[in-house]
Amino acid sequence: MSRETLNARRLLCPLPVIRTQDRVKRMAAGEQLEVICTDPGVMQDIPAWCRINGHAILETKAEDGEYIIVLEVGE
Amino acid sequence: MSEQRKAAALISGGLDSMLAAKVIIEQGVHVEGINFFTGFCVEGHTHAIRERDRAKPKRNNSLWVAEQLGIKLHIVDVIEEYKDVLINPKHGYGSNMNPCLDCKIFMVNKAKQWIQENGFDFIITGEVIGQRPMSQRKQTMPIIARESGADDLLLRPLCARNLPETLPEREGWVDRAKLFGFSGRSRKPQMELAQQFGFVDYAQPAGGCCFLTDESYSAKLVDLWQNRGTKDYELDDVMLLKVGRHIRPKSNFKVIVAREEGESRFLEGYKKEFTSLISSSHSGPLALIDGEPTDEDLALAGRIIARYGQGRDADQVDILVRSQKGLEQTIQVAPFAPEQIVEEWFV
Repeated sequence: MSRETLNARRLLCPLPVIRTQDRVKRMAAGEQLEVICTDPGVMQDIPAWCRINGHAILETKAEDGEYIIVLEVGE
Repeated sequence: MSEQRKAAALISGGLDSMLAAKVIIEQGVHVEGINFFTGFCVEGHTHAIRERDRAKPKRNNSLWVAEQLGIKLHIVDVIEEYKDVLINPKHGYGSNMNPCLDCKIFMVNKAKQWIQENGFDFIITGEVIGQRPMSQRKQTMPIIARESGADDLLLRPLCARNLPETLPEREGWVDRAKLFGFSGRSRKPQMELAQQFGFVDYAQPAGGCCFLTDESYSAKLVDLWQNRGTKDYELDDVMLLKVGRHIRPKSNFKVIVAREEGESRFLEGYKKEFTSLISSSHSGPLALIDGEPTDEDLALAGRIIARYGQGRDADQVDILVRSQKGLEQTIQVAPFAPEQIVEEWFV
């Protein structure tokens, strides 16, 4: 399964959501995207964006001041 | 069976746009939300920056509203295009640097482009006649429709019955009898409608998160333009105006002093774009210099930031000055007494 990475460090919400949205538009259903952020707000906002737009959250974690979210692009 | 019509709703995250979208969803129209990000309309940024607030980040209200309504939300980055709206507002500013009428015209125009590109039929907003003193008046409603180019594709479900029929009403895509005729500043009709729909949790007051309506923020923006000699800005400027104490002792530079650890950490991210100062002999805040300081100016800035550190009562404090290119030097300064940082310096 192909996985892409998006560096959204230093961006404040909703910019990480916008960058995620723009990247997902160019990806195919079933592909995975790992988003790396420093704004803790993404832990709420990116999962909320995924829920309303039909994408699945596979993993969320916080480590060393970074917030990492892995999602799978929906249909 | 008739074709299901599609509407794009401008979702600010406040109650009115939430209700407007819900009214149209209830009429069987397919609704998706659009939220425009100008850089100025996010109250969550200070929460993301300041140490004491990081543990309880604020939700993004537009995403939350979309989830409550069960609709998709498209967040559109308009940072660059919005500059012209803020710098050259045809209809002028409100009580601060808020170009509310031009802003609304711009957003409806962008929504018009969006529906054309995405095969949608019309646009919904949560506007109510008389709700806001600058952009939501009886006289401004047709101006927004006309100057945005949306004309009668723009439907305001909460006050539609006080306005001429729009295309979606004439074509029978929506039933005008099931729209509303709200007007005035009262929030009571909206709150009653929210109750009917079972909405118990919503952002209050509606849509009031624009930094440009804030007097203190607007003063900093005007100061930035005056002292740079040009009405322009970048997103980093927008962000930095939300952070720290802004102190301008001379016209050629200002000092941005972090107020707490979270702000220091945030300013750290700008050390390659600005000269930075921090005390190396005592603990204290990080500061950035915006402008072109001389060596004498750096000493003055050093005396200011020494005032905000643990060395404030010392005879001398060591200040590490780091240029954008990473060149470092240490200077010794005597901290200012509180009264030496005069009120006029605070932006």
